[in-house]
Amino acid sequence: MGAKKENSDDEMDEKVKKYLRGEAANLEGLKDKKLKGQLAVREDLYGKSAKTAAKIEKWLLPSEGGYLEAEGIEKTWRIKQESIAREVDILSSRNQYDIVLPELGPYSLDFTSNGRYMAAAGRKGHLAIVDMKTLNLIKEIQVRETVRDVAYLHNELFFAAAQKKYPYIYNRDGTELHCLKEHGAVLRLQFLKNHFLLASINKFGQLRYQDVTMGEMIGNFRTGLGRTDVMQVNPYNGVVALGHSSGTVTMWKPTSAVPLVKMLSHPGPVSSLAFHPNGHVMATSGRENKIKIWDLRKFEVIQTLPCHAKTLNFSQKGLLAAGTGSFIQILADFSGSQNYSSYMTHSMAKGYQVGKVLFRPYEDVLGIGHSMGWSSILIPGSGEPNFDSWVANPFETSKQRREKEVHSLLDKLPPETIMLDPTKVGTVRAAQKKEKPTKKEIEAEMEAAIETAKDTDFKKKTKGRNKPSKRATKRREMISRAKRPFLEQRTQEHETSRKKQKTEMPKSLQRFVRQKAT
Amino acid sequence: MKVKVISRSTDEFTRERSQDLQRVFRNFDPSLRSQEKAVEYVRALNAAKLDKIFARPFIGAMDGHRDSIKCMAKNPNYLKAIFSGSDDGDIRLWDIASRRTVCQFPGHQGAVQGLTVSTDGSVLVSCGSDCTVRLWNVSDANLADSDYLSDNSSKPQAVYIWKNAFRAVDHQWDGDLFATAGAQVDIWNHNRSQPVNTFDWGSDTTISIRFNPGEPNILATSANDRSITLYDLRMSSPARKVIMRTKTNSIAWNPMEPMNFTAANEDCNCYSYDARKLEEAKCVHKDHVSAVMDIDFSPTGREFVTGSYDRTVRIFQYNGGHSQEIYHTKRMQRVFCVKYSCDASYVISGSDDTNLRLWKAKASEQLGVVLPRERKKHEYLEAVKNRYKHLPEVKRIVRHRHLPKPVYKAANLRRTMIEAERRKEQRRKAHSAPGSIVTEPVRKRRIIKEVE
Repeated sequence: MGAKKENSDDEMDEKVKKYLRGEAANLEGLKDKKLKGQLAVREDLYGKSAKTAAKIEKWLLPSEGGYLEAEGIEKTWRIKQESIAREVDILSSRNQYDIVLPELGPYSLDFTSNGRYMAAAGRKGHLAIVDMKTLNLIKEIQVRETVRDVAYLHNELFFAAAQKKYPYIYNRDGTELHCLKEHGAVLRLQFLKNHFLLASINKFGQLRYQDVTMGEMIGNFRTGLGRTDVMQVNPYNGVVALGHSSGTVTMWKPTSAVPLVKMLSHPGPVSSLAFHPNGHVMATSGRENKIKIWDLRKFEVIQTLPCHAKTLNFSQKGLLAAGTGSFIQILADFSGSQNYSSYMTHSMAKGYQVGKVLFRPYEDVLGIGHSMGWSSILIPGSGEPNFDSWVANPFETSKQRREKEVHSLLDKLPPETIMLDPTKVGTVRAAQKKEKPTKKEIEAEMEAAIETAKDTDFKKKTKGRNKPSKRATKRREMISRAKRPFLEQRTQEHETSRKKQKTEMPKSLQRFVRQKAT
Repeated sequence: MKVKVISRSTDEFTRERSQDLQRVFRNFDPSLRSQEKAVEYVRALNAAKLDKIFARPFIGAMDGHRDSIKCMAKNPNYLKAIFSGSDDGDIRLWDIASRRTVCQFPGHQGAVQGLTVSTDGSVLVSCGSDCTVRLWNVSDANLADSDYLSDNSSKPQAVYIWKNAFRAVDHQWDGDLFATAGAQVDIWNHNRSQPVNTFDWGSDTTISIRFNPGEPNILATSANDRSITLYDLRMSSPARKVIMRTKTNSIAWNPMEPMNFTAANEDCNCYSYDARKLEEAKCVHKDHVSAVMDIDFSPTGREFVTGSYDRTVRIFQYNGGHSQEIYHTKRMQRVFCVKYSCDASYVISGSDDTNLRLWKAKASEQLGVVLPRERKKHEYLEAVKNRYKHLPEVKRIVRHRHLPKPVYKAANLRRTMIEAERRKEQRRKAHSAPGSIVTEPVRKRRIIKEVE
């Protein structure tokens, strides 16, 4: 009983830590008693609310997550999708299917943030919107042009398709709303949800950010590192990462023309990139059949996996899907210490080339876009079981969707809030040490001041007051007044250095300290 | 093998009938939400802007007096009423909700200098420059069956004539004595036509008087010789006195901390004192540009309102050095009296232009019944604004107030003068022997001495 209680206490402590969002403030050094009292009350309140949130998580959440446990000598990575389909309920087994559309080229997918709608784009110009709850095809259009990528905007009503020459924005009914000419021939599109920014990388390696609410182009940067089609947004801080053919991964924000971070990750070209939802972990894969797991706080490799991956994606619960050829491998870290090992595998029929893997939010489903269409398989334990209606609601009505749109527009973040560490907003900037100007600089300043003093024009006085001697004394006075602050500074420095010297010397030698005549 | 996959049945997560409420599910996990601090910052900015959009503090003016209004009194039992007295001897009872005169109390021959109501709300005491003190019967029955438009006037319950003109009057919070200020401080009983007791310390007229809300026997007065005197009725002599550099026009005790009082001074500042320690002011409240004429505390004890000769009304925090809010109108001239309403929602100012003005205490507050969701939203916006109000963009919006041009220029002038003084003091200090020039803190600077 005692041990059990201890275990549950530890669990609760961990949960409380999660909700505290960082360390409590250290109030020891504060001398202002009033402020100290007010802050202590606040900290107490935070502690209480974190405890209540932990209790809610333990007792009140409606659903529990999925799991897959192997019994006996069975291994989880040998379990096939058919055996899973036999064990789960009918509704879930409907989520496992293959859509075969061989003529329309490799497919790319995107899900809305609540996981309810999916947009699929075939290379030969097929755009389709599917309601995943009812597996209903809402609309499909044929644009008769190459479509390289598709991305949903803030809700299911709008999506952007990267077509042959420019990206276009379409309505849910398939109506073309906008043609974004400035972007050029786009290879990948990503949407930053909190900022309403559409980021695109085009054939010439130019990165563009466009605000989709007002249509304003926020940033347009030449990456200078060539053509690339590996682009991902880090959901934690809104930073866009690009993987280049030289093996570097660069991270960008819309307000600077220079990348925030440039890291050399692979000896060859980077083939794909994925971010863990907590924002601290990144997975990259290169052509040399290695997947590297990075810690983004220290920019260090945590783990290297010998696995080939043409496409990577992290799920909400931290499972990593790697797809290559017609084989998909799911990696999971069971201990929570970022040590990934194989969890599940899936091979599709030979000839199916995997183009993109994408986990469906809030469901235990992995969507695969491949050369023959798209498929969906069940991965137990990958989705978040409990959604928050104010963040993303899979059962949204149209009224709720409209309200959410208005509220998210009111909370739209300005592009300046994108930074590597998003918790820095509202904190105090560390005081920057002012560098002392060098001797040369000081002398140059003095010269400049003297020059300006020499150049001043004096008032022409009359009635015998304009004698040359008087003018000369006035001019000399102006020059000495300009020199005065520099001379004062110099004497002050001499004083301090002399005092320092005196205190540094041992006592017996102090009388020999040279005192410079001023 | 054991396997379970997330499967949600639609019935559990959607409503059955359209009469039902929509179901809302919460998961407070921070990993579901990204960039929380930036979102809060944007909400704080929007809250500050909305606050400014909805800031309409002026409700209305009560017109009726024919001369400038010098004094007001509130009836602690009846929230809707306020009494005001003017320079032509006219005392009126106003209904604040409809902003009309309910009743008039004619009788004074000269200016009405002071008004006060007894704590049980039955007697109104008024004093004036015609050397009389009049008591009027103003129990609830009188107010309830009044007809606004008919010429309602009452006869005084009692008229007491005394030797000198009176300057102020105040009623004890917990008894039936009231005190008047004039050439000396007199203590009266309702039924006696002569003062029960007289205090005299110093040779100058006493101009304001206030009883302590906590201790019924202590009162504070201010006199023309720039002093603030504390009296105790149980002792037959005055207790303490502090002499300042300029005279104090009015005093108000903090109803929640009855040992503290704030004095409205001629030198444009208000000084908060702890009555037990008069050698140093607790806090100096600066922001007016001309003499502060009247001061009143909110019943919460956290804010007070001041009216000044520079035609503005300002609201301060009880411990704040600068004003939180400033109210002004083109038509409002010199403000001579202010009162905070008993529910801490309104501020009433009486001024030279014969009008009483009704203002909101919180400029952007929504009046009327506020639904619980609205209230929660207001509280959230207030909290998120306070969390980020130190950041420059939010601070700029929250601090911004429009000042009338004369006040703005006068404030700038004062600032330059004070800066110049300070700079000169600093230079004198820097160029003299260390320790020879001592700067006094502002809290002490204006006090000349304390006398027992």
